[in-house]
Amino acid sequence: MKYFPLIWAALGRRKPRTILTGLSIAIAFLLYGMLNAVNIAFNYGAEMSGVDRLVTTGRYSITQILPYGHAHQIRSLPGVSSVAASDWFGGYYQDQRNFFPQFAVEQEEYLGMYPEIVLPEQEKQAFFSTRTGTIVAKTLADRYHWKVGDKIPMQAGIWPLKGGSNVWTFDLVGIFDTANPKDRGQYEMMLIRHDFFDEARQFGTGTAGWYVTKLKNPSAAGTLAKLIDNTFANSPNETRTDTEKAFNQSFMKQLGDIGLIISSILGAVFFTLLFLTGNTMMQSVRERIPELAVLKTLGYTDFLVLALVLGEALLLTLISAVLGLTMATLVLPWLASQLPGLSGLTITLPTIYGALGIAVLLSFVVGLPPALRAMRLNIVDALMGH
Amino acid sequence: MASSLQQVISVTAMNIRSIPSRLGTSFVIVIGIAGVVGVMVALLSMAKGFELTLASTGRADRAIIMRGGSNDELSSVLVREQAQVVLDAPSVAKGADGKPLAIGELFMITDVAKRGATTPNNVVVRGTTTRVFELRPEAKIVEGRMFTPGLREVVAGRSAQRQFAGLNIGDKVDVRDGPWTVVGVFDSKGDVHESEIWVDVDALMTASRRGAYNTVTAQLTSADAFQGFKDALTSDPRVTIQAQREPEYYASRSETLNKMITVLGYSVAVIMGIGALFGALNTMYAAVATRSVEIATLRAIGFGNGPVVISVILESLVLATAGGILGGALAYVFFNGYTVSTLNMQTFSQVAFQFRVTPDLLWKGVIWACSIGLIGGLFPSIRAARLPIVDALRSS
Repeated sequence: MKYFPLIWAALGRRKPRTILTGLSIAIAFLLYGMLNAVNIAFNYGAEMSGVDRLVTTGRYSITQILPYGHAHQIRSLPGVSSVAASDWFGGYYQDQRNFFPQFAVEQEEYLGMYPEIVLPEQEKQAFFSTRTGTIVAKTLADRYHWKVGDKIPMQAGIWPLKGGSNVWTFDLVGIFDTANPKDRGQYEMMLIRHDFFDEARQFGTGTAGWYVTKLKNPSAAGTLAKLIDNTFANSPNETRTDTEKAFNQSFMKQLGDIGLIISSILGAVFFTLLFLTGNTMMQSVRERIPELAVLKTLGYTDFLVLALVLGEALLLTLISAVLGLTMATLVLPWLASQLPGLSGLTITLPTIYGALGIAVLLSFVVGLPPALRAMRLNIVDALMGH
Repeated sequence: MASSLQQVISVTAMNIRSIPSRLGTSFVIVIGIAGVVGVMVALLSMAKGFELTLASTGRADRAIIMRGGSNDELSSVLVREQAQVVLDAPSVAKGADGKPLAIGELFMITDVAKRGATTPNNVVVRGTTTRVFELRPEAKIVEGRMFTPGLREVVAGRSAQRQFAGLNIGDKVDVRDGPWTVVGVFDSKGDVHESEIWVDVDALMTASRRGAYNTVTAQLTSADAFQGFKDALTSDPRVTIQAQREPEYYASRSETLNKMITVLGYSVAVIMGIGALFGALNTMYAAVATRSVEIATLRAIGFGNGPVVISVILESLVLATAGGILGGALAYVFFNGYTVSTLNMQTFSQVAFQFRVTPDLLWKGVIWACSIGLIGGLFPSIRAARLPIVDALRSS
């Protein structure tokens, strides 16, 4: 630790250069923090979704509709705790670009199996007693300035009302949040009641898009999924059942490999950065050859000189990494507000560890060549050279 | 004037000739900017390729008719009577058989795994008729044969066949109510239909127990006839339907994904650009510092401040432009033509598309590089001009 002032002084030798180098490293870590948060948000929903819930869709596609009778049959199977019929409403608020998911669900069963969704008891009861009621995520209510008591007109994209009108009006009776703020992105949605939806729609009455089943025992998921599909095998409406987790994961995979795209960008960023800082570090050591020779003359060992130069690189990258992640923390709330469905963007602990790891690695890669050169300096040559 | 120009040229030439002796530091600018431009062009070429795939679908003299209020083909339903109204509408061209050239089609989704994977993907199954090649002359069978009306046979789009498993001739694919046989492959010049599989509409109606179409696509007598055609349909009290020109409809289906990739691309480019700017500033400050004696000498023998400033900026610009070109070239070599398939949330179906590194993207990259180079050279050049001559000469 006693050498800290010496390392600090070396960084301050050419302040503009140190600051510019530090800032370009900080920028790289800013990108690292942001892109990691986006990547985690994309995968988080799939990873965190319940293993004690099964999703049953049509065998050929989630877009098939299933007869409502399936719900009763699934309910009667052993090991089933509850079943909620669900449908994709697929409408929009005011403008097609205002996209957010809207689901028609069997309200009591659904809220019963999703303890992640929390709302005041009286609003929950209002939802149970208002057929035209809707509850929305807090993030959505904030975005569109909705408050409890509002009437929300929704344009139907798929389901017109009986009589052909496309405008459905729902009464906002509750605003929910998630138990864990990280889940906000996953549950940024509007829920309406399936019974009202089914009765009011022009066609499709008596069906549902998919069924969510809550299990009594999560370890029975595999067997029960097979049992459900066997129940409907060779019927006109065959099914495909998976855990909600597997279902969400396979849906994410449909988007393509987001993780790969993001790590390619980061790879390019850090390679570029390596070049920028590596070069500056070399230059900085080259300029100080006589000074390093003086240190050696004063009795500093080869190893100590190596450690000093490496320490300088390490200190600079660590400070920059912390600065970059701090900037990312400040930018993320803004980014989250720009990307619907990604409300839960945060810097996680693994991201911080990853950043520190990369910072250490980076400082070795860029610091080692000049440090080795400093270590091998021959005092006489170095002093004579200038 | 002429003499300042000469001064600029001679100082710049001297600077640039000395670049080889400062190769390492000069490379900082080139590589730094190549990285920024490469990433930016690669991301934008992805957005571009997706946009072009959708925008190249359809022709201005064809119209797609959907239920009024539906956003896309999947959410539209047209019963046979509504489809008949479209067929009878004025301005629908007649086919070779003298009947209106318009086809009521089914648009469904079925799960197919990508090559080398097992998880399901939403692939479009379009129920159509054998007249489809008259309606969409850009499509043609390139392998095998067309499906036989009434049979459970499939022709796969070339992109779909390449991206997804089990769509080769002779393979069985689950469409509805059991497996169907792939009998052919069609090409439609890389448009969005190539990511689909086509089957006979009646066979699909039977298998899925559906009685209504999703959409009707109609060939109009001319592109100009569209407005009259649209007005005739929208004013018909028997039906609530909407008509769109095909290219307008398909282009509108790329907006969301396009915006997302473009926002990501520019955000990353701006942030990386700032990082590279710091690198460029560093390099140019160093370049000025190592040459302070030369610069002072030039000014002592009568070179003006202007030429010194401009020459430093020009050097930075030359290096930045080289970086921009290198970055664009790398993006072109590695990404142009690279094919991927993703889920288009606006149609809820998979679309295969190629990254397209177009000249305008390369141009944008070079402009971006020059902007970084310009700012990166500006401040160091001012320092060079302000260097006190006497001090600089003494410092040697």
